[in-house]
Amino acid sequence: MNQAGLQAIWLTINLAATTTIVLLLLGTPLAWWLARTRSWLKGPVAALVALPLVLPPVVLGFYLLVLMGPNGPVGQLTQSLGLGLLPFSFAGLVIGSVIYSMPFVVKPLQDAFEAMGDRPLEVAATLRASPLDTFFSVVLPLARPAYLTAAVMGFAHTVGEFGIVLMLGGNIPGQTRLLSVQIYDHVEALEYTQAHWLAGGLMVFAFAVLLALHGVQQKAQTHTQHKRLA
Amino acid sequence: MNTSRIPHLLLWLMLSVSSVAVARADEVQVAVAANFIAPMKLIVADFEKDTGHIAILSFGATGKFYAQITNGAAYEVFLAADEETPVKLEKNGFAVSGSRFTYATGKLVLWSAQLGLVDAQGDVLKKNTFSKLAIAAPKVAPYGAAAVESMTKLGLLATLEPKLVTGESIGQAFSFVATGNAELGFLALSQVYVGGKLKSGSAWIVPDHLHSPIRQDAVLLAKGKANKAALALVAFLKTEKAKTVIRSFGYQS
Repeated sequence: MNQAGLQAIWLTINLAATTTIVLLLLGTPLAWWLARTRSWLKGPVAALVALPLVLPPVVLGFYLLVLMGPNGPVGQLTQSLGLGLLPFSFAGLVIGSVIYSMPFVVKPLQDAFEAMGDRPLEVAATLRASPLDTFFSVVLPLARPAYLTAAVMGFAHTVGEFGIVLMLGGNIPGQTRLLSVQIYDHVEALEYTQAHWLAGGLMVFAFAVLLALHGVQQKAQTHTQHKRLA
Repeated sequence: MNTSRIPHLLLWLMLSVSSVAVARADEVQVAVAANFIAPMKLIVADFEKDTGHIAILSFGATGKFYAQITNGAAYEVFLAADEETPVKLEKNGFAVSGSRFTYATGKLVLWSAQLGLVDAQGDVLKKNTFSKLAIAAPKVAPYGAAAVESMTKLGLLATLEPKLVTGESIGQAFSFVATGNAELGFLALSQVYVGGKLKSGSAWIVPDHLHSPIRQDAVLLAKGKANKAALALVAFLKTEKAKTVIRSFGYQS
């Protein structure tokens, strides 16, 4: 493995971790709202969150490039704030990845919040717990398996990101040249040996992550079943 | 009731499959480098009118086509963006040896979507009036390699390097510049040139002596060697009619 490969791996881990943290922070209130609201906005918002599941990433990347460009509304806003333009920067990639991996984090959380129902909240309320207290000492512990799933899926899905990065990144070593782009470059340059190393490694990583997730979920399931039996 | 229908269905399927096979006798599957999309569409329109054959075009990066062709893709003619890839295909037996020829020589251009940003001598490269300069990946895209070669010859590579953003192909480099995310970029003249003049923006056509010629070669692939339509297309690309179209997009041919 050469220097460029290691740099791409480190950058990818960095991006995936940042994206996952941002998504857990943003996704929690969003999933909570989606799980509990009766507003007519629920349908449109849920559809927006799920959009990246359906759209080709290149479409998302292209729109982000246009929106965040000097003539796009987001680009004009960031420029007037003195932040410059977001495409071709790590921050730009974080924004793209947050949108791209959003459904993989929000959906498991929303499902968990919905499955919980009103009962634990009502019980907590009768014990005079404040809403915030209820959230941290009742909801979060109950939703722990869902948070694990959300974090792992968000992280893994960002690692596998390609189309958006290609459109938005500009392939700058150390800033936007991610693992998937590096593999693509090797394949394009007919450097199949290097491509195999990185691609094979990525495959092993993805398999291990999904296998571990499956194991943890099974354990959590039997755990709750035991509790119920007891 | 249902079972008696099955033989009919089978017969119908077989008939439709065989009719597809008959229609295919005059079709040719063509892989075309991304920078040659616009001229190829015009050339093929003429080709189909003149010969009655049908050409099915796929556009993409030359390196990707190489991977696909060596792994059994059904292309019969390949118009690459470079010389090396067709040479390699000939050597590996995926192309008919001796069928290779240069169909176009590309022109490199420094282009900006803004009027007046790029001057007629390319002196803008020495100024600090821009923050991003787009090129195609020099390792895989011939226009990217030519861009790096030109910057090196001008002695500007070191100062420009921090401003470079790289598209995976010349098509992506174009979208970086067209959307204004990069103020200017080294592109193929064919992308910004039509009917013998610049479509929009400002440009400097990079002189030939600054980089080695960007020869784009075509080959007849092994899968197409017995296909009349494939042979006809290769011949058509060498006609004056096709060459006139190619030149109108800013290529030499």
